[in-house]
Amino acid sequence: MNFLRQSLGRIFNPFVGPITGLGHYGIFVFESLRWIVRPPFRMRVLIDEIEFIGNESLFIVALTSIFTGAVFAYQSWLAFDLVGTESLVGASVGLALVRNLGPVMTSIVVAGRAGAAIAAQIGNMRVTEQLDALEVMAISPKQYLVLPKILAGVICLPLLVGFFDLIGNLGGYVVAVYVCNIDKAIYVEKLKFFLAPWDFYHGIIKALFFGFTLTSIGCYKGFYCKDGAQGVGRATNEAVVFSFVTILVMDYFLSIYIPTGIRTQG
Amino acid sequence: MEKIIELEFRDVFKHFAGSPHPTLNKLNLSCEKGKIHVLIGHSGAGKSVTLKHALKLVDPDGGQIFVKGEDIGQIKESGLNGLRSHFGMLFQNSALFDGLSVSENISFPMREKFPKLLESEYLNRVDELLASVGLDGQQDKMPSQLSGGMRKRVGLARAICLKPSILLFDEPTTGLDPQTADLIDRLIVQTSRNLGATSLIISHDVHAALRFGDFVSMIWEGKIIETGSPDEIRRSANPVVHQFLKSAGAL
Repeated sequence: MNFLRQSLGRIFNPFVGPITGLGHYGIFVFESLRWIVRPPFRMRVLIDEIEFIGNESLFIVALTSIFTGAVFAYQSWLAFDLVGTESLVGASVGLALVRNLGPVMTSIVVAGRAGAAIAAQIGNMRVTEQLDALEVMAISPKQYLVLPKILAGVICLPLLVGFFDLIGNLGGYVVAVYVCNIDKAIYVEKLKFFLAPWDFYHGIIKALFFGFTLTSIGCYKGFYCKDGAQGVGRATNEAVVFSFVTILVMDYFLSIYIPTGIRTQG
Repeated sequence: MEKIIELEFRDVFKHFAGSPHPTLNKLNLSCEKGKIHVLIGHSGAGKSVTLKHALKLVDPDGGQIFVKGEDIGQIKESGLNGLRSHFGMLFQNSALFDGLSVSENISFPMREKFPKLLESEYLNRVDELLASVGLDGQQDKMPSQLSGGMRKRVGLARAICLKPSILLFDEPTTGLDPQTADLIDRLIVQTSRNLGATSLIISHDVHAALRFGDFVSMIWEGKIIETGSPDEIRRSANPVVHQFLKSAGAL
């Protein structure tokens, strides 16, 4: 009996921690989202978070998107040129950016910038008793700190992804037309032909999930941070790593289940 | 005159997972209305955990806690705001909000509780509170620009902003020089008396505890082993209390 218990323990123990952690995270998110229907509604705090997560990410998103579009166009041209189909560079860049690279790259950049900052801010508030101070003042930290950040993530990420798509395609167009000498009209025509509205919606829906994920993970890691400055560092690090991995795994499944505007050349 | 007990711990038991001993082991403590109670004891004796129980930041594994006669174990999450509105607390490290100025920190509880007041009403209250803690003219400074003593005073001003009836102080003079510590102690006494509040102070400073406490209790291994007036504590026959006071040079 003892042998059986030990054997089962060896098999299942490694799963206990992650499953418990996932459950704990789920409860945290549920308890935070419950406040969405309970006053007071702090619009000012939400606007501040939108400013931080959205507006302050614009520059880094623009920089990332223009070079992503540019390098993708160049690499696609190198490959398509081998088989004489360089006219498809525009479509290839457009589809890749709008469906996948836009939401994933934007989310990774925002997770690295805002997600890490969220974990560090809330973690620091935890270890310096500022969260306790909020509770003593009869203010729920989940309502005051966590909910506005999650909502701001869900609002901002789709907008940032739209911005990424626009700038990224511009970067791709410039490289394709002026470096690879692809005809402007062909580039645009193929892009328009292959790119359907649902490709864009596909990326935007992904962004909603990613915005929720990166902010909620940042908040969760900061909220349960302990052990002083070292703990804040660990929480920040974990928030970024967990967000990156979750975004990449989710991207695969969302790519399968969210419809796209796939069409074939007729 | 009949004594009114505002805050009472009855047989409170708490054992944190991973700890070899219970942090609170059937702790009993009563705080009389309008009096200053000082809780002294070694580091790790369970003093701060006791305060957190009063605010329901931590739930006990056993026993009961009464605030103004109400068993807080029966209070649901929706009733927590009502419970906590009785309290003001000065934290060990002041717990000022880093991103807010002194003025915003102090008016924060007021802005949250009374969001429709005029800006001038918030600012007048801040001026009044800053004057009461001797920090006139510091409204626009950020917490990072303040010394330890100033941070404590701003924390005290914030704690009393809504005129709470129970004040909790978690080691209010730890890390301060003797002169500043004395100033904070005097401010605490003056503030408590002015508000007529019941105060529970956690302190390492035995001299100060015996000087300004109406009642002093000693916690040891999660239990209150002695309670009484400062004179009664000085005369205590309990060897642990005697040794503690002696080692602090208070006998």
